[in-house]
Amino acid sequence: MNDLSTTPGPSIELGCGDAPVLRERGQREVFCGLTGIIWLHRKIQDAFFLVVGSRTCAHLIQSAAGVMIFAEPRFATAIIGERDLAGLADANDELDKVVNKLLARRPDIKLLFLVGSCPSEVIKLDLSRAAQRLSKDHSPDVRVLSYSGSGIETTFTQGEDACLASLVPELPALPDGERSLMVVGALADVVEDQFRRMFSELGIDSVHFLPPQSADTMPPVGPGTSYLLAQPFLADTARALEGRGATRLPAPFPLGVEGTTAWLKAAADAWGVSETKFEDVTSRPRARAAAALDRYRETLAERRVFFFPDSQLEVPIARFLNRELGMELVEVGTPYLHKQHMADELALLPADTMLSEGQHVENQLDRCREASPDLVVCGLGLANPLESEGMTTKWAIELVFSPIHGYEQAADLAELFARPMVRRTRLAV
Amino acid sequence: MELTLWTYEGPPHVGAMRVANSMDGLHYVLHAPQGDTYADLLFTMIERNQKRPPVTYTTFQARDLGSDTAELFKTSAREAYERFQPDALLVGASCTAELIQDDPGGLAKAIGLPVPVVPVELPAYQRKENWGAAETLYQLVRAFAGPHAPAPGTPREPRDPSRRARCNLLGPSSLGFRNRDDVQEVTKLLDRLGVDVHVVAPLAARPGDLARLGEADFNIVLYPEIGDIAARWLERTFKQPTVRTVPIGVGATCDFIKEVAELAGVDPKPALDDAESRLPWYSRSVDSTYLTGKRVFIFGDATHAVAAARIAAEEFAFEVVGIGTYSREFAREVRAAAETYGVDALITDDYLEVEERVEQLQPELVLGTQMERHIAKRHGIPCAVISAPIHVQDFPARYSPQMGFEGANVIFDTFVHPLVMGLEEHLLGMFREDFEFHDAAGPSHLGGHARVPDSAPIIVPSTVNEAEPAGTEPAEADVLAWAPDAETELQRIPFFVRGKARRNTERFAQDNGVAMITVETLYDAKAHFGR
Repeated sequence: MNDLSTTPGPSIELGCGDAPVLRERGQREVFCGLTGIIWLHRKIQDAFFLVVGSRTCAHLIQSAAGVMIFAEPRFATAIIGERDLAGLADANDELDKVVNKLLARRPDIKLLFLVGSCPSEVIKLDLSRAAQRLSKDHSPDVRVLSYSGSGIETTFTQGEDACLASLVPELPALPDGERSLMVVGALADVVEDQFRRMFSELGIDSVHFLPPQSADTMPPVGPGTSYLLAQPFLADTARALEGRGATRLPAPFPLGVEGTTAWLKAAADAWGVSETKFEDVTSRPRARAAAALDRYRETLAERRVFFFPDSQLEVPIARFLNRELGMELVEVGTPYLHKQHMADELALLPADTMLSEGQHVENQLDRCREASPDLVVCGLGLANPLESEGMTTKWAIELVFSPIHGYEQAADLAELFARPMVRRTRLAV
Repeated sequence: MELTLWTYEGPPHVGAMRVANSMDGLHYVLHAPQGDTYADLLFTMIERNQKRPPVTYTTFQARDLGSDTAELFKTSAREAYERFQPDALLVGASCTAELIQDDPGGLAKAIGLPVPVVPVELPAYQRKENWGAAETLYQLVRAFAGPHAPAPGTPREPRDPSRRARCNLLGPSSLGFRNRDDVQEVTKLLDRLGVDVHVVAPLAARPGDLARLGEADFNIVLYPEIGDIAARWLERTFKQPTVRTVPIGVGATCDFIKEVAELAGVDPKPALDDAESRLPWYSRSVDSTYLTGKRVFIFGDATHAVAAARIAAEEFAFEVVGIGTYSREFAREVRAAAETYGVDALITDDYLEVEERVEQLQPELVLGTQMERHIAKRHGIPCAVISAPIHVQDFPARYSPQMGFEGANVIFDTFVHPLVMGLEEHLLGMFREDFEFHDAAGPSHLGGHARVPDSAPIIVPSTVNEAEPAGTEPAEADVLAWAPDAETELQRIPFFVRGKARRNTERFAQDNGVAMITVETLYDAKAHFGR
């Protein structure tokens, strides 16, 4: 069991982009994939997410959401009880009953996700079969799909990956001979609109977003589809799209001015947009964003930042902070490093960047204290304890809930990191 | 399987975490999958703790299930001991680990750590957070006080009269509603009586302190949801009497003082005559006249709900129109309280049922948890939070106990604050046509414009009839029409009673087969129901 052993003997190896990667195992201070429901249910407005799990799952979602209580949320938990553990046949009957009850009360639901959890997976409750069965029962009013958001399978944002991957087989086919651009990954509506406008100005008209805003506007996919990943955590979704013939446009992620430009350029090049045209469309927002970033450079330049693993957004954000704001990277921890999707990002990081994948939280805290960085990016469980030790922190979850992609949000992203630094200088208590 | 939208309580292992986080020198090794670490944020964010909770998670993943999760547990326990050097280790499983049946207790014993190991088995598919906390405290008390128990049947030695009586305070815990300040207030009160606090558990106790529990003359259960199982065991094992009156409210505090004085053989008078007790005068003063008969709905854990009901009825002269709890373990106590107010108790952990009840009753004040605060906000009803589950704002920076006379002072302010002040209510009635007092203005001390206008659609999905197919005609209540002049007249009624007036008028119209509500119907209903 030495490979499980959580302490020492860190295996240093060469990662892609020539950066060494420290791989660790131990206690992980991260959310599970169920957490993604908090933003996914806001995004797909006629979808409902039914977690099949335990009271822990229900408690997790409401705690992570910060007790944001909506009139009646579009997510719920079917809490497994003692009786369901006794026999799987009964568990399936019970699940059908819960779903029927839910759909009777919420006729507005068009798309229902059955979301697997740690307990449902351990007892081997087959939710994909349950989804097929229920889909047949409730067709054509409601489509029922399933994916796993369990902690044993997914870390935080991987829940979105699993959800989007489950949508891919449902997408309509793009007619032969047609060409289309698909932007993959949940974005804030405001960001989606900005990108849509920019693509249109570039002359790329057939643009679709996954996830769509409603169940009946599913984007088409086929061999004519080129897709851009807007989020760095979509490995399974990418694989599923490629299974339907789509081609990935490799690019850095649209975070910061540089990332956004390179990301848009990848599409522009694929569509044969001229350099002049690209320059015409992007020069103004680029200049505007760069000017807005200037304001934060003084606060952030040469400051040392340490990332605890959280959302897989760490690498692109580290690249942004380093290259556009002059921050030094002490350690960039990420729950999972997808070498292929991250290749363009890693190429932009300084060669000596300390990358870590996975987590042994106690060891990582030791390294963090030892390095004594100017800013620590970490989860909610660690932020206050580190602040009380005298460190300045930025809660990572805000990076997932705030609009941070694209030119107009580049300065907002910088501000998220500058605010805790400024606050510390202002406080006199 | 049970359909749950929001939950009042977490799973039982979160209760165990609350006990571990309350104590010093105890470390909890929890067999749990990746993701269960979310619970840390309850302590670091909601309670603003400066330290991480003393919990080590094994964080197993799918690939570990095929290999050896038991070995993973042993490694985690060993590392946790080496790193944190606790006086004792608490070990257990979360809901998923319960299914893989690794037996954390046996595994932890097998690695032979040099400190006591206390295993807790908390059936996650049957029980919830408060029970988990109570069971954990009980197991810890048994493990540490047990070895000091006298032989069964040994009578208790009478107290040496030369020393002050001493008692234990059981139940206060991390994430408890104002527990930190309650301990301070009750300790002060007991000191005035000449009674010493021997051990407080679990809050701030070390495992070694639990070993001394049997030395106290009696126990006080401040929070039965968490302290009662342990108290009953102490009662049986050490023959310690138990004080079960929870001193929340002036009346309950006086009862508590008398009960303690009796047990300790001291004079209750010095403690009863507390000059700092302001609630009784504040309630008698004329500004409070407007509180008379205000209809209040109460929901929370059993202890706080029952206490709030007594205060509402006896110390504010409110009318308790509903009371309920999510603590099924204490349903009996809440039912008994409900009976004294002539209402039905609502025992449920489904917040939609609570919302439905609030909607039916149209109370003028809701006393509840953070969930009821949101329900009340949607219905434009004033609300005060009296119980867990709680949010960051329920851990105020200032001293604000619920117990003792100072606690009653705090409660007076808490209940009155969301309401319109007495003089203001009077003026609103007098000058309701005046621009400054027009009803959209709302209570001036609450910012004036915060109120949800009546015309805003209130989404109450729970009222949708389940049997009713989608797309049929709206429910009967919606068929009732208001004539424009009746609607105008309704708007003249001050907003804080308008909901009730609308409801009463509609009920009157329905009962009397009136299809169109006119000004006449409005006043007929007013005469029928009274204020």
